[in-house]
Amino acid sequence: METNEAQAVFESKLANNEYIEPKDWMPEDYRKHLIRQISQHAHSEVVGMLPEGNWISRAPSLRAKLVLLAKVQDEGGHGLYLYTAAETLGTSRDEMLDALLTGKAKYSSIFNYPTLTWADIGAIGWLVDGAAIMNQVMLQRTSYGPYSRAMIRICKEESFHQRQGYEIMTRMAFGSPEQKDMAQDALNRWWYPSLMMFGPPDTESPNSEKAIKWRIKRETNDQLRQRFVNQTVVQATYLGLKVPDDKLKWNPEKDGYDYSDPDWNEFKNVIKGHGICNRERINARQKAHDNGAWVRAAANAYSQKQNQQSEAA
Amino acid sequence: MTKDTQGPLWEVFVQKKSGQPFVHCGNLHAFDAEMALQNARDLYTRRGEGMSLWVVPSAAITASSPEDRGAFFEPSNDKIFRHPTFYQIPDGIGHM
Repeated sequence: METNEAQAVFESKLANNEYIEPKDWMPEDYRKHLIRQISQHAHSEVVGMLPEGNWISRAPSLRAKLVLLAKVQDEGGHGLYLYTAAETLGTSRDEMLDALLTGKAKYSSIFNYPTLTWADIGAIGWLVDGAAIMNQVMLQRTSYGPYSRAMIRICKEESFHQRQGYEIMTRMAFGSPEQKDMAQDALNRWWYPSLMMFGPPDTESPNSEKAIKWRIKRETNDQLRQRFVNQTVVQATYLGLKVPDDKLKWNPEKDGYDYSDPDWNEFKNVIKGHGICNRERINARQKAHDNGAWVRAAANAYSQKQNQQSEAA
Repeated sequence: MTKDTQGPLWEVFVQKKSGQPFVHCGNLHAFDAEMALQNARDLYTRRGEGMSLWVVPSAAITASSPEDRGAFFEPSNDKIFRHPTFYQIPDGIGHM
C-alpha cells in the first residue's frame, strides 16, 4: 500500500473512533510518541512501588499490611501490562529497562518525593492514585488498541487503590489530634506534586497537541487537573483538612475551583533528576535488576536444556 | 555469560467459568511453559477472573494481515442468506 493511501486509512480510523492495532500502518511519529508515553507510564508503575514499599514492613496493623502488599503487587502488574503494550510497537523489554536505569527514560515526578509517615501512604492512595485514575480513565479510550486494553484492566483494579488511601486518611483525620496533624501534613506535602502529575500547563506542553490530534489523549493536562481539583476539595472538606492553597475559591462562572499552580520550576528540576529521591529510586531499581540477574540466567539455561533434551528425544 | 534476557513472549487466554470460551487477556515474558502459567496466574487472575488458563508462545500465532482485510473477509459479505432474517416464515406456525 502506498504511504499516502495508508495515511488516509490511518486518519479515517482516528476520525471514526476506531482503534489502531499493532499490525496496522501508523506514522513513525505516532509510534515513537506511544513508545515514549507507554514505556514511561510503565516505569511510573514500577518505580511507584518503591515509596509505598517503604511502609510494608511498618504498616500499623496486619490488615493494613495485607492491603498495602496487594496494592503494591497490583502496581507491579500494571507495569507489566504496559511494558507488553509498548513491546507491540517494536521496542523490547530490555531496551526499556535499560532506558530507565540509564536515566534516558523518565517516570512520573511524584515518585521522587519521600514517604515520611504512615499518613503519606493514605495521601498517595487518595491523591496520587486519584490523579492517576483521572488520567487513566481518559486513556481507556486512547486510539492505540493494546494501550486502551491495558488501561481498561488497570482502571478496574485501581479503584480499590484510591479507596484504601482515603480510608487511611479518614482514620487519621478522625483519630487523635496528632494523627490529624499527620494527615494535614501529608496533604500539605502531596497536594502540589499531585497537581504536577497532569503535566505542564497546556500552553507549555510540547507533546499535547499531537497527542490530542492522534486521539492518544482526549483531554488536555489543564482540563484533567481542573477536574481533579474539583473532585478532591470536597473530599478534603469531609476530612476536615485544609487544601494548602489560599487562593482556592469556587468560581461559579467556570463551574469549578480557581486554584494556584504548582511551582513549575520545581517540577522541571525533579524531572531533570534533582528531586529528593531520584537517585535513591534508580539505585533501588538497579539493585533489584542486578539481584535478579542470576535468576534470569538460571531460568534461561534451564529452558534451553529442556529444549535440547526434547529435541534429542 | 549470555546476554541478559526476560525470556520469550507468551499470549495468555483465560476461561472465566467452565463452559465458556477461552478469551485472550494479554501477554507476558517467561522462560518456559510452566513459568508462563505461573506468571499468568499471578498477573491475570488475582481477582478470580478465571478458573482455567492457556499460555501459547507468541511466535506460534499466525495473524491475518490488516492490509488484506477487505479481500480476505470479502467472501462472507454477499451471503446474506446465511442469516436467519433472510427467510420469511408464515404466521401461525409457532416458534422457529
